[in-house]
Amino acid sequence: MIRNKHKTSAVRITLSYLVLGFFVLVALFPVLQIFTVSLRPADRLLSTSLEIIPKNASLDNYVALFTERPFFLWLMNSTFVALVVTVTGVALASTCGYAFSRYHFIGKKFGLLSLLVTQMFPATMLLLPMYIMLVMLHLINTYIGIVVMYSATALPFCIWQMKGYYDTIPTSLEEAGTIDGCNQFQAFFKIILPLAAPALVITALFSFMASWTEYVVAAQILQDTEMWTLPLGLKSFESNMGSEWGLYGAASVIVTIPVVILFLSLSRWLVSGLTLGSVKG
Amino acid sequence: MNTNTLRHRLYVFVLVVPAFIVLFGVVIYPFFYNVVISLSNMNLRHIRDWRIVGLDQYVKVFTEPSQPDFYAVFLKTVIWTVVNLLFHVVIGVFLALVLNQKEIRGKAIFRAILILPWAVPQLIVALTWRGMFNYEYGAINLILTQWFGLPAVQWLKQPLEAFIAVIIANVWLGFPFMMVIALGALQSIPQELYEAADIDGASWYHKLKNITIPLIRPVMVPAITLGTIWTFNNLNIVWLVSNAGEPSDQTHLLVSFVYKAAFNFYRYGYGAALSIVIFFILLAFSLVFMRSSKATENVYS
Repeated sequence: MIRNKHKTSAVRITLSYLVLGFFVLVALFPVLQIFTVSLRPADRLLSTSLEIIPKNASLDNYVALFTERPFFLWLMNSTFVALVVTVTGVALASTCGYAFSRYHFIGKKFGLLSLLVTQMFPATMLLLPMYIMLVMLHLINTYIGIVVMYSATALPFCIWQMKGYYDTIPTSLEEAGTIDGCNQFQAFFKIILPLAAPALVITALFSFMASWTEYVVAAQILQDTEMWTLPLGLKSFESNMGSEWGLYGAASVIVTIPVVILFLSLSRWLVSGLTLGSVKG
Repeated sequence: MNTNTLRHRLYVFVLVVPAFIVLFGVVIYPFFYNVVISLSNMNLRHIRDWRIVGLDQYVKVFTEPSQPDFYAVFLKTVIWTVVNLLFHVVIGVFLALVLNQKEIRGKAIFRAILILPWAVPQLIVALTWRGMFNYEYGAINLILTQWFGLPAVQWLKQPLEAFIAVIIANVWLGFPFMMVIALGALQSIPQELYEAADIDGASWYHKLKNITIPLIRPVMVPAITLGTIWTFNNLNIVWLVSNAGEPSDQTHLLVSFVYKAAFNFYRYGYGAALSIVIFFILLAFSLVFMRSSKATENVYS
């Protein structure tokens, strides 16, 4: 009997590793594809071989990105936009979330509900009115325009998420702080904000990701090549698949690596932030 | 706390006012402006001199004989959402169950690799899959022909195949989210429950049905609701993999259909009306789904 049980569990574990192995291949394959394409020399861009390190692998595509294309400029543009959106997102979400968590005011319930409901807006529902507004204000093809757009799409979720996290911090902490002589601003900045660090990190990550690789909004707002952010550049390489596929691969690798590192190192908090945000309320 | 001093009120005011301004700017104003546009004849020619025309645009949404029409796209969107969610949840929960066995070594590494599809930016996921579906040079056809001796498939040039291609790309990117959520839920189930079940001689199937599923359910239901809304509204994948609805606008979901109407054909009034229709479809779904899952939850407990 015991022996039999050992045997079935050995079979089960072997099967488990096989399943995991299969899905590891599935998860890795497209990622390796990007990598492979980026290493292909110019005369072998359209190859029909499936090897991961191509013959005559070279870093020419990476060099070409920086020497022959405005890739560095797009990198700077994207970094600038993403940082401004991140700072705006963190500043507004941390304070608005706090207000929603700690105070009772008219319209609070409606406000919270409406933040949740924005998740059901199809992309065009925010995009179209705000786009027309930007046209009227002559803010098309400006960074102000795109920062406003990105903040508007990222903020509702970030505020909701911050509010959920503040709810888990007991109010007695602020009370203790005010007894010790802090005023309420100090209690918020010195006691509550440091405790909410994990949620702030998620808000920052979310705002950053919402802008760093966003394409459909950028395609409507940024028109000059010199204004472009990375996603627009990437798409332009992809459109000429024959000639610039290698550039696409190299650019994708450069864009993806920092995001993946950030994401993997923060994924634990990301999930707790998500579930807190959606379960609490 | 001295809650009624002037200073305290000022403090609350300073914190609450930005919240209201943000709420107004990013939710309330766009929503109502969208309603106004949907009742108008606004388009590229009438961007400044538009006028209110009543419900004309809504009538057009439901009756315009375009190719494809609203009902065909709606049906496709429902199929897309159901198929994707089914695969996301089944693969995600299954992998979580496999990964959560205590005998498995190297959990952290498996988890990190399996999470990759979620971590790679959607734009790059979409464009890379589009490259992989290329007829002559794409990896998918190369695998089919070189490894399995199957004929190559014209993935992106035929409506059905293009739709399947878009679904494959989205299934790939969506299962890690469900896996991570399910894994978190599984880890919070007390081990004693399984030990007690073992003593009672419960089978693997009974443990799954009577312990695991009821206990991960409260966490999975909100995740599935959120996943449904995200999938229904996912513009990136369908737009970029099918290159704006190719072949000849046959590969559209509601959200890409309305994006094309608004930004490629400049039909602002029509686009706004369709946006509102999509929003109410999702709102109705969420209310019904949340309510019915609450009802069954009560049956369980």
